[in-house]
Amino acid sequence: MEPFTRFTAAATPMDRDNIDTDQIIPGRYLMMPRDERYKTYCFHDLRLNDDGNEVETFILNKPAFRDAQIIVAADNFGCGSSREGAVFTLVDAGFRSVIASSFGDIFYNNSFNNGLLPVVLPEEAVSALRAALHDQPGAQITVDLETQTVSGPGNLNFSFKIDPHRRHRLLNGLDAVGYTMTFEEQIDAFEQRYAAETAIKYDQP
Amino acid sequence: MAQAPRTMFDKTWERHAITVNDAGQTLLFIDRHFCHELSFHAYNMLHARDMSVRRPQQTFAIPDHYTPTTGLDKEDFATEAHDALVANLCDNADRNDVTLFGLEDQRRGIIHVVGPEQGITLPGMTIVCGDSHTSTHGALGAFAFGIGASDVSHVLATQTLWQPRPKTMRITVTGNRPIGVSAKDIILAIIGHIGAAGGSGHVIEYAGPVIEGLTIEERLTVCNMSIEAGARAGMIAPDETTYAYIAGRPYAPAGEEWDAALAFWKSLPSDPGASFDREVTLDGADIVPMVTWGTSPEDALPITGYVPDPASVEDEDRRAAMERKLAYMGLSAGMKLSDIAVEKVFIGSCTNSRIEDLRAAADIARGRTAKVPTIIVPGSGLIRAQAEEEGLDRIFVEAGIDWRPQAGCSMCLGVNGDTVGSQERCASTSNRNFEGRQGRGARTHLVGPAMAMAAAVTGRLTDVRTLTAG
Repeated sequence: MEPFTRFTAAATPMDRDNIDTDQIIPGRYLMMPRDERYKTYCFHDLRLNDDGNEVETFILNKPAFRDAQIIVAADNFGCGSSREGAVFTLVDAGFRSVIASSFGDIFYNNSFNNGLLPVVLPEEAVSALRAALHDQPGAQITVDLETQTVSGPGNLNFSFKIDPHRRHRLLNGLDAVGYTMTFEEQIDAFEQRYAAETAIKYDQP
Repeated sequence: MAQAPRTMFDKTWERHAITVNDAGQTLLFIDRHFCHELSFHAYNMLHARDMSVRRPQQTFAIPDHYTPTTGLDKEDFATEAHDALVANLCDNADRNDVTLFGLEDQRRGIIHVVGPEQGITLPGMTIVCGDSHTSTHGALGAFAFGIGASDVSHVLATQTLWQPRPKTMRITVTGNRPIGVSAKDIILAIIGHIGAAGGSGHVIEYAGPVIEGLTIEERLTVCNMSIEAGARAGMIAPDETTYAYIAGRPYAPAGEEWDAALAFWKSLPSDPGASFDREVTLDGADIVPMVTWGTSPEDALPITGYVPDPASVEDEDRRAAMERKLAYMGLSAGMKLSDIAVEKVFIGSCTNSRIEDLRAAADIARGRTAKVPTIIVPGSGLIRAQAEEEGLDRIFVEAGIDWRPQAGCSMCLGVNGDTVGSQERCASTSNRNFEGRQGRGARTHLVGPAMAMAAAVTGRLTDVRTLTAG
C-alpha cells in the first residue's frame, strides 16, 4: 500500500450530504475485476448520462475540477453499502484524500486499507473549504498526515484528529495482515482459552 | 469492589478482545464469518499471500447477490459472468474447506436470512460479512457488522479484526405498537428521527416494551436497517422469545450444550444502571405506517403525510439537495403521499423476505388482484417451501403476482439482473432508496411488506390500514 504523508492537489467541493457508495460506484460494476477500467466507474452515473455523454452540471466535469485529487464533501460521505469498490475506484481515479464532516463507518475503515486518507473536520470547516473552492475553482489543498493539518485557499488552516494506529499504518503504508500476524501467539492463546470457556461449540451439525 | 454495570455491547466486546495495541485499538476475535460472491477480492488477496482460511469451521459461503430468482438453469443467469462469479465462490469455499450452501441447497438464501434461520447466528457472538446489512444478526443479541474486502481478507487470514471501540446508544421505544404498524415502520420512524448519520460511530441497542414485544423476524427487520442510521451495528437483548426461536435449529446447541449456552445468554443483557453514550426515546404509540419520498432512508414520512416543500428549508445546500431529490423522484412538493402511483412492487431482501413478511403480504393480497407488476422473492429456499406449504404462493399467483422460485438479494440492489427501469417507480420492501440503487434512474419508495402489497393491489402508495379496517 502506498504510504500517505503529505499530499497537495487540486480539490473539488461536493456539497450534498449522504453521498452513498452506490453514487461512488454503481452496483453493476462490483463484479468487475480490479483492472485498468476500474477508474472509469468512479461517480459513473453522476458523471455520465444514459447516452454516455457528460452531465454538464456535475462538478467533476467542470474544467477547473477535472484534475481534482482531493474531495471536500459534507456530512456522511460514503454511507451505505460496504463495497470496497467505492474506495478502489476513487483511488484508481487518482483521489488520495476525502475531507468531510462525517463518513459512513465502513467506507471510513476501507479507506485506510487502500492509502486513501479520510479527514473529519467540523461542519463549519468543511463548509468554509467548500465555499473557498467554489470561489477559487481549481485551488489546491494540502493534507498533511504527519502534522495532522489541512490547509486550503484563503489561508484556511485546520487540524484534525485521527486514530494513532491508523495514522501509523498509513504513514508507513503498512499491511494489516502482516502486522496482525506479529500477534499470532496471542491469537493462538486466545483461541485455546476461548474454546475451553465458550458454551458454543463450532462443530458442524 | 463490584464491577461497574456494563451494556450488552460492552460484555460482547470485552469477551472477544484478544489484545489492545499501543494506539488503543482492540484486536477482536470473530465467531462467525459469512462470504458471498463479492468476496472474490478478499479470497484473491488471501491466496496472493499464499494463505488459506484460518478457521474454516467458522466461515460460511452462501451465494445470494448474483444468483437468479427464476430458476437455476444457465439461461436463468443474467450473464455467463454471473454464473462464473457464483462458481468462483464455490471454488474458493472448496479450496479452503469452508462450509458452502450451494445453488441447489434448499438452505441457501440471503445470508442475513439464512444465518438466523440455521442457528448459525447466536447471542453473544461477533459476526462479520462483507455486506453492510450484517447488522441484521444483532436481533439475536450478537455484535454483527459489515466490512470491506480488505477486512474480509484479514478475517479469512487471522479470524480477527482491529477495531476502535465504538460508542453506545440506546434507542428506547415506549408504549404500545398500534395495529397496522410493522417492524419496518418502526425502524423507518427511528431513522427519520435520528437521521442517516444519527447512529454514526455508535452501536445501537434497541430496547423498551415495543421492541421486547417484537417477534425475532421483526427484530431482524429493525436491526437490519441500523446501518441506514449510520450505526456500526444494532443489537437487541436476548430473551425468552430469542431462546424459543433458536431452540432446535440445525446449528444451535442442544442437550447439555444448550443448558450451558442458555446460562451464558442470560448473562448478556445490559446490566441495570449501565450507561450509554447516547439515549434516544420514541413513543411507539405515535408510529404509523411509513414510506420514503426521497433518496435517503432518512426521508421517511407517515403515509398520511405530504411530499415536503424545499421552499420551507432555510439552509441553501439542504434546499438544493431536496430539490434534486424531488427531481430525481419525479415528485412535486405538497403532493399527498397516498396519491403517488407506482409502476412496480418488490417484496423481498434481507429486510423483509421472511415467512412473517410473506404472510403479511398474503393477508392483503387474498381475494385481490395486483394492478402493477409485482415480484416476490423468498429469503431462502426453506422459506419458499414453508410459504408453499401454507398456500401463500397460491394467493400470490391468483393475485397475478410473480412468485419467484429461487431466493436471493434480487431487486434490492439489482445486480442479478432483477432491476427497476429508469424513471420507473417501485414500492419496495428493501432497505435503500439511493439514486440508482435498484437500477439506473430507478425511483424507490421503501415500505413494509403489507404496505408494499397495498401498493400492488391499488397501484399507488396506500395506507394499508384502509384495506384492513372493519
